[in-house]
Amino acid sequence: MHAINYENPTTVDHAVKLMAAHGEKARALSGGSDLIIQMRAGVRRPAYVVDLKNIPELRKISFSLQHGLRLGAAVPAIELHENADMRRYYPGLTEAAHLIGSLQIQSRASVGGNLCNGSPAADTIPALIAVGAKCRVVGPKGERIVAVEDFCTAPGRTVLQPDELLVEFQIPGPAPHSSDAYQRFIPRNEMDIAVVGVGAAITLDLADDRCTAARIALAAVGPTPIFAKEASATLIGKKLDAATIEKAAQAAIAASSPIDDMRGTAEFRRHIVGVLTKRVVTVAAERARVSSSR
Amino acid sequence: MAKKTVVETTLNGETVEFLCEPRECLLEVLRDELELTGSKEGCLTGDCGACTVIVDGRSACSCLMLAVEAQGKKIETIEGLAGPNGLHVLQQKFLEHAALQCGICTPGFLMSAKALLDRNPSPTEPEIRYALAGNLCRCTGYDKIVRAVTDAAKTLASGARAA
Amino acid sequence: MAASTNGKTFKVIGTRPIRHDGLEKVTGRAKYGADYSLPDMLHGKMLRSPYAHARIKSIKIDKALALPGVKAIITGADLPTLPDEMATGGEGPVNLAHLSENLLARDKVLYDGHAVAAVAATNAHIAEEAVRLIEVDYEVLPPVMTVEDAMKPGAAILNPKLRNKEEGDKETNIASHLQFKRGEVDEGFKSADYVIEREFKTAMVHQGYIEPHNGVAIFGSDGHSTIWCSTQGSFAVRALSAAVAGVPESNIKVVPAEIGGGFGGKLTVYLEPIALFLSKKTGKPVKMIMSRGDVLKATGPTSGSTIRCKIGCTKDGKLVAAKIWMAYEAGAYPGSPVGAGAMTIIAPYNIPHMIIDAYDVLVNRPKTAAYRAPGATNAAMASETIIDELADKCGIDPIQFRLLNAAQEGTAQTAGPPYKKIGYVETLEALKNSPHYKSKLEGPNRGRGIATGFWFNIGMNSSAIVHLNGDGTASVVIGSVDVGGTRAAQAMVTAEVLGIRAEDVRPLVADTDSIGYNDVTGGSRTAVTTGAAVFAAAEDAVRQLKERAAKLWEKKPEEIAYADGVLTTAGDPSKKLTIKEMAKQFARTGGPITGRGSVNLRTVGPSFAATCVDVEVDPDTAKVKILRATCVQDVGKALHPSYVEGQMQGGTAQGIGWALNEEYVYDDRGNLRNFGLLDYRMPTCLDLPELETVIVEVPAPGHPIGSRGVGEVSIVSPPAAVANAIAHATGIRMVVLPMSPPRLMKAMHNKRNGTETQAAAAGR
Repeated sequence: MHAINYENPTTVDHAVKLMAAHGEKARALSGGSDLIIQMRAGVRRPAYVVDLKNIPELRKISFSLQHGLRLGAAVPAIELHENADMRRYYPGLTEAAHLIGSLQIQSRASVGGNLCNGSPAADTIPALIAVGAKCRVVGPKGERIVAVEDFCTAPGRTVLQPDELLVEFQIPGPAPHSSDAYQRFIPRNEMDIAVVGVGAAITLDLADDRCTAARIALAAVGPTPIFAKEASATLIGKKLDAATIEKAAQAAIAASSPIDDMRGTAEFRRHIVGVLTKRVVTVAAERARVSSSR
Repeated sequence: MAKKTVVETTLNGETVEFLCEPRECLLEVLRDELELTGSKEGCLTGDCGACTVIVDGRSACSCLMLAVEAQGKKIETIEGLAGPNGLHVLQQKFLEHAALQCGICTPGFLMSAKALLDRNPSPTEPEIRYALAGNLCRCTGYDKIVRAVTDAAKTLASGARAA
Repeated sequence: MAASTNGKTFKVIGTRPIRHDGLEKVTGRAKYGADYSLPDMLHGKMLRSPYAHARIKSIKIDKALALPGVKAIITGADLPTLPDEMATGGEGPVNLAHLSENLLARDKVLYDGHAVAAVAATNAHIAEEAVRLIEVDYEVLPPVMTVEDAMKPGAAILNPKLRNKEEGDKETNIASHLQFKRGEVDEGFKSADYVIEREFKTAMVHQGYIEPHNGVAIFGSDGHSTIWCSTQGSFAVRALSAAVAGVPESNIKVVPAEIGGGFGGKLTVYLEPIALFLSKKTGKPVKMIMSRGDVLKATGPTSGSTIRCKIGCTKDGKLVAAKIWMAYEAGAYPGSPVGAGAMTIIAPYNIPHMIIDAYDVLVNRPKTAAYRAPGATNAAMASETIIDELADKCGIDPIQFRLLNAAQEGTAQTAGPPYKKIGYVETLEALKNSPHYKSKLEGPNRGRGIATGFWFNIGMNSSAIVHLNGDGTASVVIGSVDVGGTRAAQAMVTAEVLGIRAEDVRPLVADTDSIGYNDVTGGSRTAVTTGAAVFAAAEDAVRQLKERAAKLWEKKPEEIAYADGVLTTAGDPSKKLTIKEMAKQFARTGGPITGRGSVNLRTVGPSFAATCVDVEVDPDTAKVKILRATCVQDVGKALHPSYVEGQMQGGTAQGIGWALNEEYVYDDRGNLRNFGLLDYRMPTCLDLPELETVIVEVPAPGHPIGSRGVGEVSIVSPPAAVANAIAHATGIRMVVLPMSPPRLMKAMHNKRNGTETQAAAAGR
């Protein structure tokens, strides 16, 4: 590996100052499960590595039904699974985080790092999009809020400027009778990068069992994660019967633009988008039916 | 080039200080600086688990942690698994069940298994397999490893002391 | 627990003591090659070609040499030129020029990852940074990546000097063509009621040992060198390192470290001679460890292959003819296991008419190395699936079909003399009676498949020494590296012969200075051949014990008996000495006792195995779940059943990986895309069920214990068994490996749309 300088700020301000001072020469370090591999491969060669894990604001999970969820960007994936509120109110996002790599990886890798790495195949991103997560980004000129679906711009690239940090995710509190789900297809049963990932969040009006809100998002089938707006729209106002869910699946396939690569063919991926969309919408709807968030 | 840093950490229950460059990962420092070669290098990408250690109670790949990140943490490696009175139950069961052939993956498996049993003393077989999915073994097909961990859990549940 | 086989009863062999090296391994104290360090040591790293096929025009090392901490840089030009001829190597003859060129390219690079230069520096990071500063000017050439492309007229030529017998003086990528014939195959097919012919493609796969290659070398100023490394053959390392580095072989001591898996991939050298050469150049010890990416790119995976297989049978299920064309990827230099593939493909069967054409073909991929029964798994995928299909067509149970045609003692082999006593029929019967096969498999999308496999096993040379200690215990010293239970097994053999407990024998794996010549740990030879050497050494010790007792009791040695650790003589019950008591008399009666054994087994018992697999195929995603798997294997006589089971389970797991997800993916520029364990997908714990085993024991004739080779044959049948299970679950006959979800899904779609053709069935 090339020689690096290690910085260990304990406040957001200090971290931002470091990022501003070094610009392109600095890279934020969260779990390290992407960055360390990239540095070893010579793909990224930052002179400064800024460790974010000792900044308390980035390590917090705070949830209330009223205000929703604030998830620090450097919270390790495993902590979502260990958190009872996360499992109960955001089971899709939680299961997405619990699918990243192995337990060893989950104890280090963070949801924030998963997003900032900008891989179109990242597992947590569709789940974040589905629950309507927004990113609080902090830079020397102040703060901005970016919707997760707008965060990634190309494979490995995000809207984050070199002097900015992702500090936390802001996720709305779950509406009554809403829930989420995430599934991915991998050839083995663990350890693989998603060949296709689909996240969905559904809100139901139990009186007539109609869907009142839906967000479907896709991983690994385009240059960035995809918020499948049309597919989401096909569900809204409808009863989620087989025909409706099939329409959503077809719309999700239409929203995807997968490629052939060593993890799967485009043809296979399109097919799986359909399969997983059906499965995930069904699970999210089931969870929404039984959820008692109020 | 960055100067070396002094890092203070708790390693297998003892306070330890070491010197390292920022670019060195924890695995390198354990093996080369501290001469604890029990943790192994298999891939350096977090895909094989041969370097698994326990950090603040959770299993982690020491190849994906910079050594400087060990500052103030509690690290457990294979060298600390056996107690003053003998082997940990897991180690004993691995031997009894012949759960190792070449043995290179064994330290990683033992640490992952310990992290599992410390949190979940009565895991089901699927839970064991999920917890060990980040540790690759090419020799055994995992069968005897899973039996050994299952047996260790039973033994510990019956009140035996771990080590 | 005494076990009886072929009239022999054993007290220790067949039991399950804790292995002698177990404590070190579960505490992390066992030293593998990368665990060795010497004072003042340098670290070496390699520069490797980013091109699959290119001419090297120039190499500039000045910038790299100028980096502080860099002590030496070498290229192929620094190494001695070796003759383009065969010499003794790992498991067989080795072309030294090819070996040396593979380790450091000379004028051409022949695969993505082919080594071009080596750097020694004060630490590994500096060495890696220096590697990046070496400038190489390449003239890129078109890559040839498949056997079909390599065999086409007008294909780019990898080695302009390569010739084969048939093509005379023509430049070619075909290194050799073997043919095996029996009877009249066209006549044979005329008598067949059913003929099935398919073309199979299997992908290149890697042994996947968890420990990358390593070596620590110190070249002494007195010319004597030591190499510590993880290897399957310390004597092979000595011979090959000597040749490549230009150092006399007798001046090198190789200390075999513990080895973290080999499976055939560590029978040769990659780093050791380079480390030695760098040590010679710098005057310091040099340590080299290969990165995982380099392991995948540049060590020795096994061949991908194309096999066209045509087999015919009568409607009563009698096999009559087989016509097979097989081409295996050799990689950058000749030496694929296509010959072994040809000799094993129909080995379990008595087929009167056959012709097999086997081609060894150069392609711009790494030079292939042995992988557990090399060549046989590819072959069995073809033959065992066609045989399964024929059995289905005849309406005969697949085990019964094989029993009808089973090779037995006296059946002709594909090459070589007729079989001696073998255990194929017994293996099939044991499969038929196994709990797995007797169980019912129910549920949609589920299927069961069986397949069988054959492997020759090799003998070759082993030496051993048994020392009797003054307290009645013993040590056994062997030269065979312990890949997984060897020490325990050999201690048990020693204990058996000496009539003492396994715990009272201390096994040691010696370096090349301390033990007589040993061939490699591979070829399923260790339990058998080293076992025979240990047996002989222990018997030699017993012979000397008897001589000592004879001396003490003033008898002739022939009048002394030894059983269960006790010396007696007929007709005088008062004369009785335990080995412990006798040991106290060693000094008085002639000094310490050392038994020696050295064997070269020309023929050893071949092995058969069978795999039974139940699968469930997700109809929407084509993901295959292995519900249940059983391996049945004839091992002759199991020395330590737990480790025999372990070998069977390990081969089964590797075979399942080979069947479902493992493959080398190259892009059209010839670059390996999946050079990491993320995308080279080996089964994890969560991908496999319990692995059941059934040990069959048909003792090998002519061996003191009756053992057959254990380590390899279990990998041969799983891919075909999985393919047969998928066929029974889905109706689809897959003809590619791996049967990954995208391929199986495509085949399933084609079937549903009624567009199944040969190619569609292949999912290509």
